Amino acid sequence: MGQTISEKILSTHAGHDVKAGELAIVNIDGVMASDTTAPLTLKAFKEMGGTTPWNSDNTIFVIDHASPAPNEHIANLHKFIREFANKTNSILYDEGSGICHQIMVEEQHVKPGQLVIGADSHTVTYGALGAFSTGVGSTDLAAIMITGKTWIKVPESIKIILNGKPNPGITAKDIILDIVGKLGSNGATYKTLEYVGSTLEFLSLGDRMTIANMSVEMGGKAGIFETTGLELPYKFESVIGDADAEYLETITIDVSVIRPKIAKPHSLENICDIDEVLGIKIDIAFIGTCTNGRLEDLQLAASILKGEKLAPGVRMLITPASRNVLNKAMADGTMNILSEAGATLIPPGCGPCVGTHLGVPGNEEVILSTANRNFPGRMGNPNSQIYLASPAVVAASALTGVITDPISIGKNE
Amino acid sequence: MVGKVHLYNIDNIDTDRIIPGKYTKTLDVSTFADHCLEDLDSDFKTKVQQGDILVGGWNFGCGSSREQAPIALKVSGISVVIARSFSRIFYRNAINIGLPILEIPEHDISDRIRLEIELESGKVADGDIIYSATPLPQVMIDILNEGGLVAYLKKFGKYKI
Ligand code: SF4
Repeated sequence: MGQTISEKILSTHAGHDVKAGELAIVNIDGVMASDTTAPLTLKAFKEMGGTTPWNSDNTIFVIDHASPAPNEHIANLHKFIREFANKTNSILYDEGSGICHQIMVEEQHVKPGQLVIGADSHTVTYGALGAFSTGVGSTDLAAIMITGKTWIKVPESIKIILNGKPNPGITAKDIILDIVGKLGSNGATYKTLEYVGSTLEFLSLGDRMTIANMSVEMGGKAGIFETTGLELPYKFESVIGDADAEYLETITIDVSVIRPKIAKPHSLENICDIDEVLGIKIDIAFIGTCTNGRLEDLQLAASILKGEKLAPGVRMLITPASRNVLNKAMADGTMNILSEAGATLIPPGCGPCVGTHLGVPGNEEVILSTANRNFPGRMGNPNSQIYLASPAVVAASALTGVITDPISIGKNE
Repeated sequence: MVGKVHLYNIDNIDTDRIIPGKYTKTLDVSTFADHCLEDLDSDFKTKVQQGDILVGGWNFGCGSSREQAPIALKVSGISVVIARSFSRIFYRNAINIGLPILEIPEHDISDRIRLEIELESGKVADGDIIYSATPLPQVMIDILNEGGLVAYLKKFGKYKI
């Protein structure tokens, strides 16, 4: 019997063949914690008797969730992380570097076939590279920093076959919202989603990251792409599941019929075609996060807003996913276009996504966001309404002031 | 153990509702009790007492990986969380911090009643009705028996399965 991608990667890291359902102790290639989770991780690490991480070169801290620090309290937590990283020679990406998941991929801290664990649920993003990556809590991460290992139940896998070419105006975000809509918030709990199919040839690394990222929105332990068609700046061995591997379920999606998708407040259970919500007035348009804050997302927004102004009464927030993204967006004029249109630039990082500092909405305000979550209070105010969409839909709607199909305004390239 | 039930028979109660992100940035975990579940039930903090039991729906604890969520419930006084199912990170986190959780997919538990719980066997008695929770893997039972992952690793130095 062949192996799924998950079984292959976990077997390599367990040192013997494992199959779905078995418990295994696995060797970890790298760990990551953000400023939300690192302080508790370091506290647990010290309580466990830890002094230096088992592998400082692969222990990565990123100050991104509330960065730069909004108050003295958080500033001191940042200082605590900084001091630990310096003392132990662990790797630190300080404020302004960007979102942890973007950095892990950009800086090549994760590669195809690896097993990487992060103290953040969207660690699943690295499945875009054909890596097995998943989120844990702080204490679990501390235990890896001590032992270099963790225990894992080898997940069953659901095969998602993506077929066909997306229509103009349709992005990776619409594809993943379509999948989340079909599987539901609980549809992949404890399982891996393995993405394959002819659509992969149209999906860039960034597109794959957008899709892998939201695998956790279905409860997925991981969301892994076959590496078919993936281009990376270094050599790697391809990662592909065996043809005779056992999948719990196979779901085929015809990408060519997908319409722009929207997740309505306050749950990923409320996904609909844009047609159902066209014309809803928005107050804030937000482009950023580990789902959609990459250069191609900003460029897509700029292609729609070029030479235009935001609709009266609409504010627009832009948070580049990393300093690297920001630098490129400044160099190629993207940032200029967005700023001239009236957008507000927020430093690279998580920004308004998680409600810890900048861009908190007011009561009853409607936000159209490229993020991955629209839970009540997610952006810091439970009385606001968060709709999720692609960067194309967010930019088109910022231009008109109401939820708008980018195709309808003739600016979809 | 015996405890009073706080029933939130709602699916997908996410970690943002258990403890909003804006309150998580601290190592003083006792402060979480002031804000635990506040966006779901603003009266929770006045109602809850030490030893109480929280009962949720499907996919309890979905969303972020924040360990602050089970910690918030624990410092609020919750001694056991029962849900129809749990999100996987919450499930691991709760055990790791020594908060027992029981998965009971089908039940008819009502609000404010008293339940009698036998953690070892996962048996929950609601009067004459006895529910059996899905058994935990042995490694999780071992971690829970030590009071959490910190104590477990201090004792054993490594994982055993
Ligand atoms: S951008 Fe949002 S979802 Fe992504 S890591 Fe930051 S807070 Fe989490």
